[in-house]
Amino acid sequence: MTQPALSITLRANRPGFDLDVDVTAPAGLTVLFGASGSGKTSVVDAVAGLTQDVSGRIAVGDQVLLDTTQGTCLPTHERRIGYVFQDARLFPHLTVRRNLDYARRVTRQPADPARFNHVVEMLGIGHLLDRRTPRLSGGEKQRVAIGRALLSRPQLILADEPLAALDDPRKEEILPYFERLRDEGEVPILYVTHSTSEVARLATTVVALENGRVIRQGSAIEVLGDPSFSPGDVRSVGAVIEARVATHHDDGLTELNAGSIPLFLPRIARDPGTSVRVRIAAQDVILSRGRPEGISALNCLLGVVQGVQEGAGPGAILSLDTAAGRVLARITKRSLAAMDLSVGTELYAIVKTVAVAPSDVGGPKG
Amino acid sequence: MSWLGPEEWQAVALSLKVAGWATALSLPVAIWIAHLLARKDFPGKQVVNGLVHLPLILPPVVTGYLLLLTFGGTAPLGAALAKLGLPLAFRWTGAALAAAIMGFPLMVRAIRLSIEAVDPKLEAAAATLGANRWSVFITVTLPLALPGIIAGAILGFAKAMGEFGATITFVSNIPGETRTVPSAIYSFLQVPGDESAALRLVVISIIIAMGALVASEVLARRVAKRMEDA
Repeated sequence: MTQPALSITLRANRPGFDLDVDVTAPAGLTVLFGASGSGKTSVVDAVAGLTQDVSGRIAVGDQVLLDTTQGTCLPTHERRIGYVFQDARLFPHLTVRRNLDYARRVTRQPADPARFNHVVEMLGIGHLLDRRTPRLSGGEKQRVAIGRALLSRPQLILADEPLAALDDPRKEEILPYFERLRDEGEVPILYVTHSTSEVARLATTVVALENGRVIRQGSAIEVLGDPSFSPGDVRSVGAVIEARVATHHDDGLTELNAGSIPLFLPRIARDPGTSVRVRIAAQDVILSRGRPEGISALNCLLGVVQGVQEGAGPGAILSLDTAAGRVLARITKRSLAAMDLSVGTELYAIVKTVAVAPSDVGGPKG
Repeated sequence: MSWLGPEEWQAVALSLKVAGWATALSLPVAIWIAHLLARKDFPGKQVVNGLVHLPLILPPVVTGYLLLLTFGGTAPLGAALAKLGLPLAFRWTGAALAAAIMGFPLMVRAIRLSIEAVDPKLEAAAATLGANRWSVFITVTLPLALPGIIAGAILGFAKAMGEFGATITFVSNIPGETRTVPSAIYSFLQVPGDESAALRLVVISIIIAMGALVASEVLARRVAKRMEDA
């Protein structure tokens, strides 16, 4: 059996909840997902060694960082963790260059200009090197923080809501770097977020936390495609489909091929042939018993109802298996009854092209 | 400085020497204690805090007398130090010790405040990047606390220049050895007709004090600017 890239077993008492998690993750990007106060940050801080009052075992590959039964507890500076904080935490008294170089200097490693230049170029921060950090914009700060973490040659990257402090365009600026790190696959990443669209775009593995416990663990497609899984806000429910870019059309649309079904989206900046993940929000899906005619929506997927999850309110979430993959749809209980829908019913799921936002489309899966 | 007589000049030079040594030697200890008080919790923290501040509230004469009891020629510790080649009683070295102890609380206060103002999150970030505690302190805490450390050092220096009560009690008022500027002013005022000499020393004192203040202001500003500027 191959070793998991990351295994975490933790117990701790926290105000408001008891932390009790058991996570094993393969290589790639693992998202810790949950509302605030669910224990996500407690977990990453324990992995980084920034909180001490925990018991359990944490291992990255075959290196044990913490094992309270053996009395092992590596201090933070020996854990080789690249931590990207929500608030960047750049050193205000140092230039960007010296921030990037910090880990190498304090650990007395020889300079590696090739690697330094590679990271600087990848993040597009070459023009900032001689600037001081307090005057950088939020997006620039976060890119420098990612570079600083990467240049510490970590065996694990931790990212605690690295986009939460940024506005949407800046989020779009940073997300591709995490996709790229995930796809390069050199270092496992543990990524904390409460945003479903970040989960959909980034996660190789999703670990959903609630009140300090793991309530779901699996691939993004499994977890987000499960109608019984509610990530807090029902509006953010939505399944993820994997597709391949087919062609770009002259009228501003991109055609994807999702399991032989064509999907039309607003133009996405990716070459034909590349694979993408598309998040389809459940509330943007319309269901129809017959093949819809004379309708403006371009995407129409034939599927079979696999599950029905009635919510506490007026809504219900249906899962459909289509040739493109699992799709979730959120409709009213009234429609559910009026259309007489149940497991096994054949249906068309209709998705408006313009309902898919650029932030819902991500790079290839890890 | 021909308008200063040799005796007056001697007092100024001695004061600068005493205050310089007092500041240089007590600064590292003050930084260490300030860091301890700002960042660590340990049993007896309040006792340490109290002891550090004691010279600030005790009458200086009391501090001087306690120093004499501890470091005087007949006291065991004083005798041992004298044997090792560091006699303190009635020597300029003793004046430096008295000045250092009297300036210590001021230094610790300023430095402690500036260390407390350093965001512990930055220190945590440094640790995740591989810096051990000592490296974190040297590369993050210390540079970020630098304005307060400079302010503390200058306050300590100014206090050392002006120290009188503890100094005169501990090491007396020996020309050329322990007669610092305040002691010299005091002596000149005891002799009728020497007021002009006292006045010249007063002017010198004011110049040195102003110089120290301006220097600290300039240095602190330069540090602050270096941290904010692009």
